[in-house]
This record gives sequence, structure tokens and C-alpha cells, in this order.
Amino acid sequence: MLNRLTKWFENNRENLLTVYFTAGYPQLDDTETIICALAESGVNIIEIGIPYSDPLADGPVIQESGMAAIDNGMTLQVLFNQLADIRTKTQVPLILMGYFNQLLQYGVDKFLDDCVKTGIDGLIIPDLPLMEYEQFYKDKLTQRNISISFLITPQTEESRIHKVDALSTGFIYVVSDSSITGMKTGISNQQISYFERIKSLQLKTPQLIGFGISDRESYLTASKYANGAIIGSAFIKHLKGKNEVDKATADFINLILKP
Amino acid sequence: MIQLSENGYYGSFGGAYIPEMLYPNVKELQENYLSMIYANDFQREFHYLLKDYVGRPTPLYLAENLSAKHNATIYLKREDLCHTGAHKINNTIGQILLAKKLNKKRIIAETGAGQHGVATATVCARMGLECIIYMGAVDIKRQAPNVARMKMLGATVISATSGSQTLKDATNEAIRDWINNPVDTHYIIGSVVGPHPYPDLVARFQSVISEEMKSQLLEATGRENPDLIIACVGGGSNAAGAYYHYLNDLDVRLIAVEAAGEGVYSGKSAATSILGTEGIIHGSRTLLMQTSDGQIVEPHSISAGLDYPGIGPLHAHLITTGRAEAVSVTDENALKAAFELSRIEGIIPALETAHAIHALEDISFKSSDVIVINLSGRGDKDLNTYMEYLDKY
Repeated sequence: MLNRLTKWFENNRENLLTVYFTAGYPQLDDTETIICALAESGVNIIEIGIPYSDPLADGPVIQESGMAAIDNGMTLQVLFNQLADIRTKTQVPLILMGYFNQLLQYGVDKFLDDCVKTGIDGLIIPDLPLMEYEQFYKDKLTQRNISISFLITPQTEESRIHKVDALSTGFIYVVSDSSITGMKTGISNQQISYFERIKSLQLKTPQLIGFGISDRESYLTASKYANGAIIGSAFIKHLKGKNEVDKATADFINLILKP
Repeated sequence: MIQLSENGYYGSFGGAYIPEMLYPNVKELQENYLSMIYANDFQREFHYLLKDYVGRPTPLYLAENLSAKHNATIYLKREDLCHTGAHKINNTIGQILLAKKLNKKRIIAETGAGQHGVATATVCARMGLECIIYMGAVDIKRQAPNVARMKMLGATVISATSGSQTLKDATNEAIRDWINNPVDTHYIIGSVVGPHPYPDLVARFQSVISEEMKSQLLEATGRENPDLIIACVGGGSNAAGAYYHYLNDLDVRLIAVEAAGEGVYSGKSAATSILGTEGIIHGSRTLLMQTSDGQIVEPHSISAGLDYPGIGPLHAHLITTGRAEAVSVTDENALKAAFELSRIEGIIPALETAHAIHALEDISFKSSDVIVINLSGRGDKDLNTYMEYLDKY
């Protein structure tokens, strides 16, 4: 199977814009509309969040959108059903982001098979330990050509960064600051020196900077030190209460991409 | 043989399923906790504080009237007589000393009933460390006296308003605080839950309960081992402490008493070992109450301390392997037992503990059996609830 994400990275390494949204939010059936609107507006990689009751790494904005999505009736099965025809609409790289318990309950093999069927290219599972991935799941993902992206933070030791580099097959998710998602905006000098330190390691895996990226300025700044940046909470916040999500999505992305 | 594996598993339960942001802190603990807590000076200070500050050893009291009623020899391990009114302080004393060794300046904790919050605020006051307690907005309302105590002790109480606004969400918020403050902060978890090494760390600090039971029983009965140990289980810290030195003594029956709430299958229950399935909660692989889609379900118990949708991985292992027997007691029966113990022994137990007392009605034993019930806490904090039922029982 073709992996659109790794294929994409072969030819594109600059200013990559990745956007996260919570599946089933604001309305249950917005998933396809949002994906298509993001892709048409020029977003390079799309991260689809599987809503979870207890998302430890996420701040209030993503938590609330997740609770709303669950109340709307979103489940993994519903999500895979919604994505069944997505590859007839767009070839943008698609990533699923969720917590490990959700995969365990769905069944990891079934989950991975459904990713293949719907054309999901990669995964982010923030609470899956590296060692457990290596021991039990690495082969399963490799066989199906599904990529995985692990996180590093300002506190991650260099030896562990190299381990993350060795195991990540999508990109390295560079967490910009010691925080949960959506807590801070703007980029400090301290963060810049951390980005420079990571850049100087010349890792094999592409790097995308996320957490605290909320607008054009922070997206462009982050992109100087990595292959691109990830926007999540700011987009979710923008979608809140919007009826025409396709238009709202295009408006938001235009502000990021157009000077 | 019940033993923790190198990676922090009891059988298939445990581990550390945490986002990368928590990894350095958790790894620091994993690598240092055993050498730090068993260092001579640490042990000396820990035992000094347990003795002179907490008031240990707590008595092992032969409850004659309770024994006569249930036709067995029943001892109560009086953890309710600990400073602050529950066993929780055994762990917070240990963890605050560990936090000092790790040079942490700021302490965070979650609390349900408020007992762990009070015990944490107490040791922070004693040690002069900043203290932030996360408590569900719902629990803040139903445990007002403990909220006042924490504030008087100088702690900041932050209301957890996410999700169901109870212990699970207070724990989520404390973990998020730790992510946001990765360098100077130590998270004092109150139960044998969370990522490795917390379940083992907390169990070791609480193991003083069974250590004392061994010598006290030897003196009282001529043998170290009782026939049964009964303890209530929410996360399971008092049970872990009461079982600890008996885990591999297979002649001792271990009874884990969970909260059935309004009935195990009423939809308002916290009987995790029956209703739970294997999954991950708060960084640990264990039994938890969840939907088929893996969303964590909000439990119910009249007692805020048992109102938790998971159980510690040690207990998941003990129960699934048959080493411990799980029993569940309803809100109503816990209330009955609380009034009964108050009237026949003159001891008002915490609502959590009252579940363990009622288990005497739910399990079979012989008249020759020696039974120890871990009386994990006193009932002062529950007086508002008890007063509502004063005319009924």
C-alpha cells in the first residue's frame, strides 16, 4: 500500500502545515467536510483526533471538543464508516491521533486493518510506550505500511531523541514547550534555542513542531526550525459554534497561509 | 509468588502508559525510588515521623462486640487513629520525603473524599512546600469540611471542572499540571494507581500497616497470620498496605471490598472488578469501567473515596488470579454497617471503611477464624451524610 505521508516527505520538506481536528466536532458528520476543506485550502497533512473521555496530554479546548464529539455519538466504528470513501475525494496524507486504550478496546489488529481499508497513512498515540511499540506493534505497522510519529519535548534526553528518531516512521512531533495542548501562544527565545538544538541533531525523520502554534506568525517561525508546524487547539476554537464548517475551515487556513 | 516485574507489571497489569511529556519525571522516579526510600537516613526520618507525628503504631483492637455478633475473632486495625484521620498520611509522609530528596519545590495531588488532600496539605505544611490540591467540583461540594481543612493548612484547592468533576477528573487535572510544570514539581498520588512506580511506591509506604499487624497479631494471638484480612478498595491503597506482607502467605484470605453503589448492575456502581474490563487508566494497565469504545465510565458510590472507575494494578492481578476475593457492598449496606459499628463499638468509621465492615455479612468464615478489618479512616468527614440517615438506621 502507498503511504501518502512518507511519499509526501520525499519531495516536500519545507513549511508543511499540519492541522488537527477532533472527529465528530462540531457536528457528528462534519468529518469529511472538514478534511476536504482543509485539503483544498492547502493544508499538507491532516491529523484526525479520535475523541477520548480522558485525554491526558490535551488542554481544555481539545478536551471539550472531544466530550462534545462523544456526546454527538462519535466512536471509532462511526469514524471508520465516515472515512470509508474518503480516498475517492482527496489524497492528502491522513493521520489518526488517539489514546492507546481506544485501540486496545477496538482491537489493535482490527484497528490497523481498518486504517488500511480507509487509507489512513499514519498514527500518533501519545501514551504508547516506545518499548511496547517496538516489542509488540512495530512489525504490525510495518507490514501494513502505516507510519507512526512519536513525541519529543524540551525535557527529552538526547539519547532518547535518537531512539525516537530511529522508531518514528512518519515524523517527529516536536512538542514546543512543557505543556498540554492549547495553553500558550507565541514562541519564546528559550523555545527557539530548543528548536535549534533539535535541528542541529540532523535527525533522519522529518520534524514538525506542535503545541502553541496558533497563527501565521508562529507557524512561519516554527517552520524555520523544522519541516513545518502543527495547529490544533486554535483551529478547534475557531470551529466552535460555526454552522458552515467548510467556509470556516477555509477562512482559518487562509489566514495562516496567505500573507 | 506475587512480585513486581522490572517494568512495573503485576502479571499483565501495570506499566507506564504516559505521554512523552511525563516521561522524564516518571523515569526519574523509577530509577531512584528504591534506593532513595531504603537509604538509612530516609528510613530513620520516615519512621520517626510515623511514630511521633502520625502516631504509629496504630492499635490492633479486638472488637469484642463485633466479634460476638459475627461469631469470629475480629480485630480492627485502627488507621482511623492516624493524624488527619486515615491511613493516607503513611504515603504522604513517605512521598514528601522523597520529593525533598528529588529537590522538588512544589507538590501537587488529587483527592476524592479529601482525605489524601488533607494528608498532603498536612505534610506540605510540616515541610514548608507549596501545595496544590486538585479536587472534582462535585466532591468539593460533598466534602466541604475537608476542603476547609486543606485551606487552613495553607494548600490551594483547585476545582476540577472537566469531565464528570470527580476523582478521575481531579487525577487528570493533576497529571496535566505535572506536564505543565515538569521540573520543580512532585506529584503525590494518593493510591496504588498511576504509572509505574507509583503503585509499588505507594504500596511500600502503606505496607507499614501489615508490618505492624504481623507483630501485633503475634503478641495477641501467638501467630502472625490472621485467617482473613478485609479492606475496602477504591484505588486500593489501604488494602495494599494491609495485604502487603501477607501477599505470599497463601493461608491468609484477602478480601477486597468494592462499592456496589445502588447495586452492581444498577448503572450507579463502582464495582470495578465485576464491571470493569482490561484497559488503561491514568497510565496504568488494569481493570476499569469503560464503554466498548474505550471511553471511561463515571462510577457511583456514596463514598467519594471509592468513587473511582479503576483499581490499582496489584488488585487487578490479585483478583483475576484468585489470590484476593472481591466482594461488593451497596451504599445502603455501608450506611447500615457504619451505624452498627458506631453503636456497638463506639467507633464512627469513614463511609469507605464502612463497606469493609459490612463485608462480614457477605462472606463465609468459621467461628475459629481470626479476622482483621483494616479500619482505614474515621467518619468525621461523612457526618453530613450520616445525619441524613440518623432516623433511618
